[in-house]
Amino acid sequence: MSAETTPATADDVSLYDVDNPAPVIEAPRKRTKKTPKSTRTNFELYGWLFMRLSGIVLVVLVLGHLLIQLVLDGGVTKIGFAFVAGRWASPFWQAWDLIMLWLAMLHGANGLRTVINDYAERANTRFWLKMLLYTATVFTVLLGTLVIFTFDPNIR
Amino acid sequence: MSTAIEDKVEAASKASPYITVTFRVRRFNPEVSAEATWQDFEVEIDPKERVLDGLHKIKWDLDGSLTFRRSCAHGICGSDAMRINGRNRLACKTLIKDINPEKPITVEPIKGLTVLKDLVVDMEPFFQAYRDVMPFLITKGNEPTRERLQSAEDRERFDDTTKCILCAACTSSCPVFWNDGQYFGPAAIVNAHRFIFDSRDEAGEQRLEILNDKDGVWRCRTTFNCTDACPRGIEVTKAIQEVKRALITRRF
Repeated sequence: MSAETTPATADDVSLYDVDNPAPVIEAPRKRTKKTPKSTRTNFELYGWLFMRLSGIVLVVLVLGHLLIQLVLDGGVTKIGFAFVAGRWASPFWQAWDLIMLWLAMLHGANGLRTVINDYAERANTRFWLKMLLYTATVFTVLLGTLVIFTFDPNIR
Repeated sequence: MSTAIEDKVEAASKASPYITVTFRVRRFNPEVSAEATWQDFEVEIDPKERVLDGLHKIKWDLDGSLTFRRSCAHGICGSDAMRINGRNRLACKTLIKDINPEKPITVEPIKGLTVLKDLVVDMEPFFQAYRDVMPFLITKGNEPTRERLQSAEDRERFDDTTKCILCAACTSSCPVFWNDGQYFGPAAIVNAHRFIFDSRDEAGEQRLEILNDKDGVWRCRTTFNCTDACPRGIEVTKAIQEVKRALITRRF
């Protein structure tokens, strides 16, 4: 199975023969005897459930958000600093935006995590793509949360 | 039916049942080349015969180096799963007339497993996943002196998943498995399902724990490729979802 590919220097018709077969193309990340290293956590179960539940809540939150921002009361033209300041004066809209931010970011991050798991073949690519994803997620969530809580309508 | 039509049909069948079919086979021989190539074979064949018969004619009459697996040749052993016209099927259960013999019939090895030669793939990762779900009866306590009895309803619960012949048509049709062989794959989950829902078995909890892991049932994207591919008509995706449901109802 493990063929050392020492291409014959002579310009032969074929580089390979019975004693020197071509390397077979291995399937990506194939399962071996050493594979099952059970983690015994429910992380994937909770992740799966979270996607379903947050999805349902997000339908209401995001559609409501779009309706208010873009359709009702003159549509997109009304949006300005004053409009945002007025909305965030109420704890209800603060909570709405905060929940929407957290759910959407975690929902999207978990979705992208599964996409990376499904499509990135090499261990290094997987690791760095996920690190990039987690960094971006944490940064956006923290920054958004900070803005919602420390928003000052009298800023000059 | 009018006699005229009957006469015509009879005349046609009397003439010659044979038609010329082109088989476009994916060839790979590591002792010759590192590249896999398509090779066309023209075969005189009765359209009521199967793709496996066509491969036999090629191997016996045209090119003896064509390599493929087959054992029983009647859809029971599960050796000859291959990708025929882009879909995973058993060569021994696919009739020529059902897959449009006017166009070349493409025959490839199943995807996601290492090709060793022509249509033969390395099934070891597939069977490793099968072994990892412990596909055997596990019980506690003393062995009974007679059979372990079970009601008809209890047997019915997992009847569908007992039909699996381990041909790997489902697992090698799964897009998640193509890119990540660490995923257990539909076949292993089907065979775990067969014991998880067996009233006589007592290790369902252990198997659920195995499939709860990161390469277990939660990686299923419900694309239904496996259900479409199964030559035994097992509702594979449904079985996977039943394992998911069992995991969730067990936790909450």
